[in-house]
Amino acid sequence: MADISINFAGIESPNPYWLASAPPTNTGYQVQRAFEAGWGGAVWKTLCEPVLNVTSRFGAHHFNGQRVAGFNNIELVSDRPIEDNLKEIYETKKRFPDHPIIASLMVEPQRDKWHEIVKRVQDVGVDGFELNLGCPHGMSERGMGSAVGQHPDLVEKSTLYAKEVAEVPVITKLTPNITDITATARAAERGGADAVSMINTINSLIGVDLDTWNPTPNVNGKGAHGGYCGPAVKPIALNMIGECARQPDINIPISGIGGISTWQDTVEFMLMGSGGVQVCTAAMHHGFSIIDDLTEGLSNYLDDKGIASVSELVGKSVEKYTDWSNLDLNHRMVARINNDICINCNKCHIACEDTAHQCIDMLIDENGNDYLEVREDECVGCNLCSIVCPVEGAIDMVDLEPTEPPMSWNNRESALEMLNNK
Amino acid sequence: MGNLLQNLLSDEDLAQNFAESKPSYNAQEALDEANRCLYCYDAPCIKACPTGIDIPSFIKKIASGNLKGSAKTIMEENPIGASCARVCPTEELCEGACVLNDSTKPIMIGDLQRFATDWSIKNEQVMFKVGKKNGKRIAIVGSGPAGLSAARELGRLGYEVTVFESKGEAGGLDTHGIVPFRLPKDISLWEVEQVESLGVEIRTNAEVGKDIFAADLVSDYDSVILTAGMSKVPMLGIDGEDLEGVYDAIDLVEETKNENYSTEFIGKRAAVIGAGNTAIDGATTSVRLGADNVKILYRRTEAEMSAYDFEYEFAKQDGVEFRWLIAPKRLIGDRNDHVKQIECVRMELKEAGSDGRMRPVEIEGSEFLMDVDIVIKAIGQTRHHQLIDEFGLEHHNGVVKVDNETYLTSQPKVYAAGDVVFEKGVGEAMAVSAAQQGKETAYAIHQQFKASELGNV
Repeated sequence: MADISINFAGIESPNPYWLASAPPTNTGYQVQRAFEAGWGGAVWKTLCEPVLNVTSRFGAHHFNGQRVAGFNNIELVSDRPIEDNLKEIYETKKRFPDHPIIASLMVEPQRDKWHEIVKRVQDVGVDGFELNLGCPHGMSERGMGSAVGQHPDLVEKSTLYAKEVAEVPVITKLTPNITDITATARAAERGGADAVSMINTINSLIGVDLDTWNPTPNVNGKGAHGGYCGPAVKPIALNMIGECARQPDINIPISGIGGISTWQDTVEFMLMGSGGVQVCTAAMHHGFSIIDDLTEGLSNYLDDKGIASVSELVGKSVEKYTDWSNLDLNHRMVARINNDICINCNKCHIACEDTAHQCIDMLIDENGNDYLEVREDECVGCNLCSIVCPVEGAIDMVDLEPTEPPMSWNNRESALEMLNNK
Repeated sequence: MGNLLQNLLSDEDLAQNFAESKPSYNAQEALDEANRCLYCYDAPCIKACPTGIDIPSFIKKIASGNLKGSAKTIMEENPIGASCARVCPTEELCEGACVLNDSTKPIMIGDLQRFATDWSIKNEQVMFKVGKKNGKRIAIVGSGPAGLSAARELGRLGYEVTVFESKGEAGGLDTHGIVPFRLPKDISLWEVEQVESLGVEIRTNAEVGKDIFAADLVSDYDSVILTAGMSKVPMLGIDGEDLEGVYDAIDLVEETKNENYSTEFIGKRAAVIGAGNTAIDGATTSVRLGADNVKILYRRTEAEMSAYDFEYEFAKQDGVEFRWLIAPKRLIGDRNDHVKQIECVRMELKEAGSDGRMRPVEIEGSEFLMDVDIVIKAIGQTRHHQLIDEFGLEHHNGVVKVDNETYLTSQPKVYAAGDVVFEKGVGEAMAVSAAQQGKETAYAIHQQFKASELGNV
């Protein structure tokens, strides 16, 4: 059995799964239920001056009968008194000493405010802090959350202020509502952050009701932008993590967040540079019991791959993630249809015919049976057919023997430059 | 036992027995199933539908919540699409062709079609418009699937259409001949209303040869379409057929369609002669009328019977017993001339005859008596010979001869479609095929008039 425990920026956790700072970690009751179910750690719902919340608060993007492809919320930070939260953190920590509790904090970007809250929370015994510089709704209108996280200098200062008094690791949580997340990741590192976590939620409006024309979620006929998360945001999060991980000058651990719903997602996030992951929407959709498959699936994967510890995955795909100009222009890949598996729905044909490169033919064999075939010399290997194919294994994307040595755009440009300089 | 049941089974119970047996999808079931559809390109289900309904399109519209559009897509190609959703042998047509048969399980197209058309019925949608009148008058004899389809298409094309129906209500087989627990009469009557909403006049209780005459139709109208379907069950040709307690399966079904539930069956033993779909109807109707024991007697075996698999399954679920290789030799009555026994004979199968089916031959000396209270004849349907002769149409054993493409008969103004042209061994006598033929006949007539108009210019 592989070791799935992690040490993230000095914080020991029995597994890489932490509940993200969000509704699931609102109370001691919930976090204790999560630990009983097997969650490794929890980032407590953000402590701040208590706020007022509205109803309703959540919205979801359903797609073709699949519930919750994406999720959004306009709920703010904890609306419970800080002392209640601290008491419950203390009790939970006492019951589950081996499960890390990270306190998420949010205050205005002022030294005294950070010092005060860090000291106050530190006293009950937390394993780390996560600075919420990313919440995109509500709090940002009050100069906190993403209003701070969008300014690298404020990210650096806030981190610095927290670090000045923190005795446990400080994780700076970054907002994706920014042009280049590596800028704020660098700022956090400059401020002394022990780690960064990303991504917080993305500015979003889930939808508009077709009958009332109210935005969703709606509060007495009005709506406001909320934070988007869930499976739909996974590719955005994965890219931002990969972008940070591959910067030579960013050298602090990354806690990966954003649409993680399965053990496979976890492996991908870790390969792309996450030292651990945080989950929220999947738990909100299905309850805490999903941790069983998340941990077991991960463990079985590691065993199958002969990997002793989950930590060995961290960052293994980062060097494969690069600029487009480093990709091999001479690489050739084509689609091949396995007619024994193909069910002849012709989706590949019409996708290729109408929207790609017109190279999949609908044919009839000598026995009068329909079949599909790719004209490989015209196939550009775009993947579209294999993406729309509803049957696993019916279309393979095949690497062709290279006819030319690898050459990237950068190789080509420098070769041309050399020629021109001669 | 019989008396006890009689006391227990009220009229209401009997009516309940004849309510539609299969529950319809609820909205969530329909949505889930619709979302499973792959929306194939050049989909095989469309090709497998005799009327060519754009099935992926109507399913996509269910998924998107566009139920009005979904029902219209169905009814556009099939004017009896609500009935067909219930009576089509979908396993052998659209669902049988679904590509998901090769990976998981086929989309339940019939159930989805029923969901969409039921929505349309419930919401009283009007889907089609009357065409601009072109001055041509068409008479249609028979208001079943073929007649209704032809009438609707001609109405949309601007023809003045009059349908002559011998029975008191229009709809033909769907209204009178399909067991109500599979197809309630209301569904068929809604389809009739849809056709009437296009200005088509339907004259019921108008029988050719009695109330109106073929020669008058031919002279008074620009074209006549004969879509009279088939007639009663033929005589068995054995002694005792006129005894009390001997029923024609088609008449029996028609009675229940009209909500006349005989109490004669309660607690009784019924034997059905034949093993086609009509025999299944006769048997399952007997069960619902309270018969204690229902047997189907067939002179061949399970392998040769013409009932669809799902019909066979349905009858078995109802507790109907199947007795293979048995034929009736005569029906024996009691002193009140009520049937009390069937003299049966055992059969064996010999090499195939000209129709390709194994030939049943009596086993000499194997006669035995079977006690019964009711006998239901279901050995096929006779042809409307008299009607065909009245129009003076060429035919083969009552099957009207038509041009394969235009449905024109041997008479230049008379067309024929549906079961009147159905020949055993050539395709299947399905409502959906009749509907398609009705459409094609309408287009053929339209083409012919267009061509002659062009010729006159």
